[in-house]
Amino acid sequence: MSIDNSVVKKIANLSKINLSEKESENLKHELNKILDWVDDLKKVDTKMVEPMLSVFNENMKMRDDKVELTNTDEILSNAPDKKENFFVVPKVIE
Amino acid sequence: MSNLSDLTISQAKELLLNRSISSVELTKFFFDKISNFKNLNCFITETFDQALKMSKISDEKYKLKKDIGLMEGIPIGMKDLFCTNQIKTTAGSKILKNFIPFYESTVSKNLWEEGAVLLGKTNLDEFAMGSANTTSFFGNVVNPWKSKNDIDKKLVPGGSSGGSASAVAADLCLAATGSDTGGSIRQPASFCGLVGMKPTYGRCSRFGMIAFASSLDQAGPITKDVLDSSIMLKSMCSYDKKDSTSSKMEIPDFPKIVKLGVKGIRVGIPDEYIVDGLNSNVNDNWQKGIEWLKSEGAEIIEINLPHTQSALPTYYILAPAEASANLARYDGIRFGLREIGKDLDEVYKNTRASGFGNEVKRRIMIGTYVLSAGYYDAYYLKALKVRKLISDDFSKAFEKCDCILTPTTPGVAFGIGEKQDDPLEMYLNDVLTVPASLAGLPAISVPSGLNDEGLPIGLQIVARPFDEETCFKAAFVIEQLSNFNKLKN
Amino acid sequence: MSYFIRGHESKWEVVLGLEVHAQINSLSKLFSPSSTGYGAEPNSQVNLIDAGMPGALPVINQECVKQAVITGLGLNAKINLKSIFDRKNYFYPDLPQGYQISQFENPIVGSGHLIIEAEEGTKKIGITRLHLEQDAGKSIHDQDFENSFIDLNRSGCALMEIVSEPDLRSPSEVSLYIKKLRSILRYLGSCDGNMEKGNLRVDVNVSVRRFDAELGTRCEIKNINSIKFIQQAIEYEARRQVKLIESGKIVEQQTRLFDSQKGETRAMRSKEESHDYRYFPDPDLPPLILEKKMIEDLKLQLPELPDKKKIRFIETYGIKKYDAEILVSEKEVAEYFEKLVSDRDPKMVVTWLTGELFSYLNKKNLDNPQSAISVEKFGELLDLINDGTLSNRLAKELFVEFIESNMSASELVKKKGMVQISDENEIINMIETVLDQNQKMLEEYRSGKEKLFGFFVGQIMKISNGKANPQMVNTLLTKRLKK
Ligand SMILES: [Mg+2]
Ligand SMILES: [Zn+2]
Repeated sequence: MSIDNSVVKKIANLSKINLSEKESENLKHELNKILDWVDDLKKVDTKMVEPMLSVFNENMKMRDDKVELTNTDEILSNAPDKKENFFVVPKVIE
Repeated sequence: MSNLSDLTISQAKELLLNRSISSVELTKFFFDKISNFKNLNCFITETFDQALKMSKISDEKYKLKKDIGLMEGIPIGMKDLFCTNQIKTTAGSKILKNFIPFYESTVSKNLWEEGAVLLGKTNLDEFAMGSANTTSFFGNVVNPWKSKNDIDKKLVPGGSSGGSASAVAADLCLAATGSDTGGSIRQPASFCGLVGMKPTYGRCSRFGMIAFASSLDQAGPITKDVLDSSIMLKSMCSYDKKDSTSSKMEIPDFPKIVKLGVKGIRVGIPDEYIVDGLNSNVNDNWQKGIEWLKSEGAEIIEINLPHTQSALPTYYILAPAEASANLARYDGIRFGLREIGKDLDEVYKNTRASGFGNEVKRRIMIGTYVLSAGYYDAYYLKALKVRKLISDDFSKAFEKCDCILTPTTPGVAFGIGEKQDDPLEMYLNDVLTVPASLAGLPAISVPSGLNDEGLPIGLQIVARPFDEETCFKAAFVIEQLSNFNKLKN
Repeated sequence: MSYFIRGHESKWEVVLGLEVHAQINSLSKLFSPSSTGYGAEPNSQVNLIDAGMPGALPVINQECVKQAVITGLGLNAKINLKSIFDRKNYFYPDLPQGYQISQFENPIVGSGHLIIEAEEGTKKIGITRLHLEQDAGKSIHDQDFENSFIDLNRSGCALMEIVSEPDLRSPSEVSLYIKKLRSILRYLGSCDGNMEKGNLRVDVNVSVRRFDAELGTRCEIKNINSIKFIQQAIEYEARRQVKLIESGKIVEQQTRLFDSQKGETRAMRSKEESHDYRYFPDPDLPPLILEKKMIEDLKLQLPELPDKKKIRFIETYGIKKYDAEILVSEKEVAEYFEKLVSDRDPKMVVTWLTGELFSYLNKKNLDNPQSAISVEKFGELLDLINDGTLSNRLAKELFVEFIESNMSASELVKKKGMVQISDENEIINMIETVLDQNQKMLEEYRSGKEKLFGFFVGQIMKISNGKANPQMVNTLLTKRLKK
């Protein structure tokens, strides 16, 4: 068991997902099972292998530095809470 | 007009061209079909008003014989993973249940430019994460196919493009778009007796397609036959400046080459695809496929893809890792669902807890774990290296052969509710489709027969990067020789 | 080692490293075509990419890549032909994607250096790296009791993060480093360097150690928006760390904020939980491959940078190192100087430029001398002083009025009726008048009280209303008294 309760808690916190006790317990088992299964990869010899970042082999195309106008109403159109053209969130304390 | 149901895109286009029917008539015919088959739950959003407008424009073009697109007047379904301007786009998730984009995905835009008519947005596994269309917030999709042995059993259409596949199979539209990350076009196509094409990574723009795993996601068509597949793919793909991984490679005239045959084409058969759990009917069908291609002049060659069994674990590290970041934007601040909380952190956590389903949460958690400090090298980096080995396997194989023939899935459509208890069992559905995804290769699933229960089996043809043409040619031969269209009826 | 903190037990050395975020001077953002313009209405320069909408994809801005390369070259740094964009994952309301696109293991620019003129002499400060990344939006926390407000206009603007080696040892060295870096950026045109507008933002890593001991644990002080505050923050933070260690406690690695009102640093609440950023290569962006040719071309187009210019100024114009340093620090000043000095006396030009004009610019809070007075207008004034038409003293007195008027120097002189009297006969007449009126003094002078020479000069200047050419008065008076 590589994932214990504290790891589940840590990952859930990093992922910003609230989990009930039951969900945590289920996930702990499922994640361990999945990880045991992917642990198979450890047997593959990759000593001399370069990691493959992408199958895309063309050079990155670059954009010219040109401005396109944007629409404030559009950007805010799906916002759950907005005020005076700002997105609104519960107060953040730095 | 009684058999409009059986029409393919190419047949419908002929009728539209010689004006035996109008696009409006055709479109209205599908309205009725869709309304009569709500029980299949294929569509999340119906867009009949939109469809009528679009079909009228198409009819005008046919009348004037001007600017007739490749898909002119053809009613289709659009997987609800493609953002459509001013039309609700949900990705099958509660977190986006009210999301209305103000932009259009490049794939859908291309289709509209070729004249396609939007009937509605099709159901899918939540964020395309699933192989049975059982993870959608909007409910299961039902496969119109029935087992001879159990007429009442509801079968899964496969996933994640299950709504698209089921809708095409039930003749609720002429074709539909899908997206494929590890098999999400090919597997449902196979389960529903359809042609599903996942083109080379970079062929179709990913702009406006809601991301699951960016290095794997590819759009593609789900159609009734191979010719339709080639027509629709041609309409979908383009070089797109809005996607940094969109290819500049020239796009061939796919429909032209479909029927050119397989004479002299070397077809590789990989030993390693005889996986545990490979259904004997499926295996037998595979052997038939080999014979069909051989009979048309293809050369059959044994090849090896030694890292095949590592593909699925590799995929289940890489795809969740990318997904964990891609789904971080669903935080309840700028769009989508927001749940309340006593502070911002709680808003995040409550929103995501409520907005995401179990499978999505599972994958976000796995992805977060394999990227987190102390595990990155052991899991994520390791998987990137194995991905290279898998890709190299294919490169080496393609020194000896021009395409690879395998089954699409180890089994056929199963009952809704089966394989739900253990995520791993569900993941095994993708064991034969995932390797080509990891290598970014074009791969098609073509229906090739029925199993003992009368359910469709599909064969997969994988080719070199940007050689969709060979996929189409081989698939067409199998389509003809398997006589699937006769078997179906 | 001139700077140290004196603790109870010993002297402590302060070790400082800087992370500077410089906003690239581009019209559009790093990965989106929205405008980067400053001060626009909230969320009016935000497209789907900047807001992290579903299905949005990044496409890189060529100009930002070019500016990063130019800056790397200006910092004598290695340009990496292949660099990779990574995602840095964390949740924050002004980070719409839930990750920042940055560069982690493979930045576009590798190690380089810049030179500062510290008290002990010239010092080379290592640059670890420069990478490209997206800026975040802005959160406004102090407008409302319950809510924060999010403006994404800045979200996605291109930043260069320039990381120094921990080579700095005092607040004043830090100040010199920032000024030098800012100067180089402005020469290159890659960044405006305006700290108030936030397009140059500085994070300081502070640690303390007993001399020659191992490096201590560092704290990062984030986003301090003036050089003065940076210096205060370092002083406070270094003392805080010394106090902790000397009282037997340990320094925790932390991200801290500087409270400029209290003059203190404090741990950031939002960064308290240990962060695990889960960097990984962004699958939306292929590796960035640069061509050697492009880099060579940019190298050829590089402007003369302050260090080289300084040496040339010293050699060409024979001016002092100190003056040269001041003149080259701003590109516009250096250019202004060079135009002004052509066929004029460098010493006089330097004196007037760094004296009168600079104090005027300071008062008006201006950077560019050209914006206060044209080279031509200023040059004419200097020429009139030089040929004796205008006295140095008067010119100084009227300088501000002159700058702010529309008059040319010669018009001013005419209008004020203060053309200098340089007519020999006129001056001789004045000398005679003064000597006549002061016979007694003249006798005293003749009997040896030579101090009275100055008195006569003063009287002559007085009756000329200050217009008599002082040099001529001197010469002619000496001549007359010898008689
Ligand atoms: Mg930093
Ligand atoms: Zn940074």
